[in-house]
Amino acid sequence: MPKKTTFRGVFINGILNENPIFRLVLGVCPTLAATTSATNGLGMGLAATFVLLGSNIVISLLRNLIPDKVRIPAFIVVISTFVTIVQMLIQAFVPALYEALGLFIPLIVVNCIILARAEAFAAKNTVFHSAADGLGMGLGFTAALILIGSIRELIGSGSIFGNAVFGATFEPMLLAVMAPGGFILFGLILGIINSIVNRIGSRKGAQA
Amino acid sequence: MEFTLTNFLLFMVNCVLTNNFIFSRYLGCCPFLGVSNKVETAAGMGIAVTFVMGIASLFTYAVYHYILVPLQLNYLITISFILVIAALVQFVEMFMKKSLPALYNALGIYLPLITTNCAVLGVTILNIDNNYNMLWSVLNGIFGALGFLLAIVLMAGARERLESSNIPKAFKGFPISLIIAGLMSVAFLGFAGLGSI
Repeated sequence: MPKKTTFRGVFINGILNENPIFRLVLGVCPTLAATTSATNGLGMGLAATFVLLGSNIVISLLRNLIPDKVRIPAFIVVISTFVTIVQMLIQAFVPALYEALGLFIPLIVVNCIILARAEAFAAKNTVFHSAADGLGMGLGFTAALILIGSIRELIGSGSIFGNAVFGATFEPMLLAVMAPGGFILFGLILGIINSIVNRIGSRKGAQA
Repeated sequence: MEFTLTNFLLFMVNCVLTNNFIFSRYLGCCPFLGVSNKVETAAGMGIAVTFVMGIASLFTYAVYHYILVPLQLNYLITISFILVIAALVQFVEMFMKKSLPALYNALGIYLPLITTNCAVLGVTILNIDNNYNMLWSVLNGIFGALGFLLAIVLMAGARERLESSNIPKAFKGFPISLIIAGLMSVAFLGFAGLGSI
């Protein structure tokens, strides 16, 4: 249970201290699949944020009604309802994103982050805090996806959010947007972030 | 797609190597990174996944074509498939515990984890998207899972070696595993174009 109990504390916790991708390393599949461009990363991130916010609120409201033994199936039903809603919304209003993400929209159901937050946070906390947690975790996920997506798009197609950056002479490294590039770049980014966090941690330790 | 020996072999190569679930489709990465510390546990997980994916392909095919389509409830595909998979995993676990205790002791601990393996839900939705008939759906499930088994065992072999090597502190664990997976994925790119039907 986090010590900070303010809305802002829980919200910031999800974005920074417990960023689902960089600190908890949950939901690797959508991270790799949706980061071929910054736009796809943004789309996947917002879709997951919507599901996370909705499912956290509903599960938190129902937390005293759901018997302990059937809680996981109950959570899955709630989550997949929100996934179906978001899938229909994307299909209707952003068909290009629907094409790009394809299979990975229904697969938000089995995104570990969402079930993990339902089980670890929403099932034990008030609606208000659960909403903050869902929003914070979702936006932390989105920020991470945009960061990885921008780097992959920059190297792999020489643009960010579809705007060319380097001019016509740039020879993009196609590997970065293909499957292997996703694994390698995500590994490198994770390693760099770990080393930054370690350095900040040791500096704080030295001061104290 | 007609069922001939050529088609069967091409389909197998295509599912296991060319369109490997992990290395080219990014499906099932969580257990791939989480349960690949030892070759034996990795193989256990892979075999359990193969079992569940084969059966899940069969059952979701039946649910979709005999229940959802006649009732025009196609939009319930995500909810119904995940519930079918969760129920199936539970059922397989109970069945194994009673009738195949030896197999249960070997695979039991991996079974509950499979519900949230996105490769299982992924393959069942892919079967519907690709309009496979019942036979090809089941084969897609089994061969896809064999590709997963191959990937996770290869990865576990590499990670066993990794334990005795000197890696920078920040890259220990997930980062170095992801980079290794990336290098393996480059190798699998070599199969591109092979086995296309």
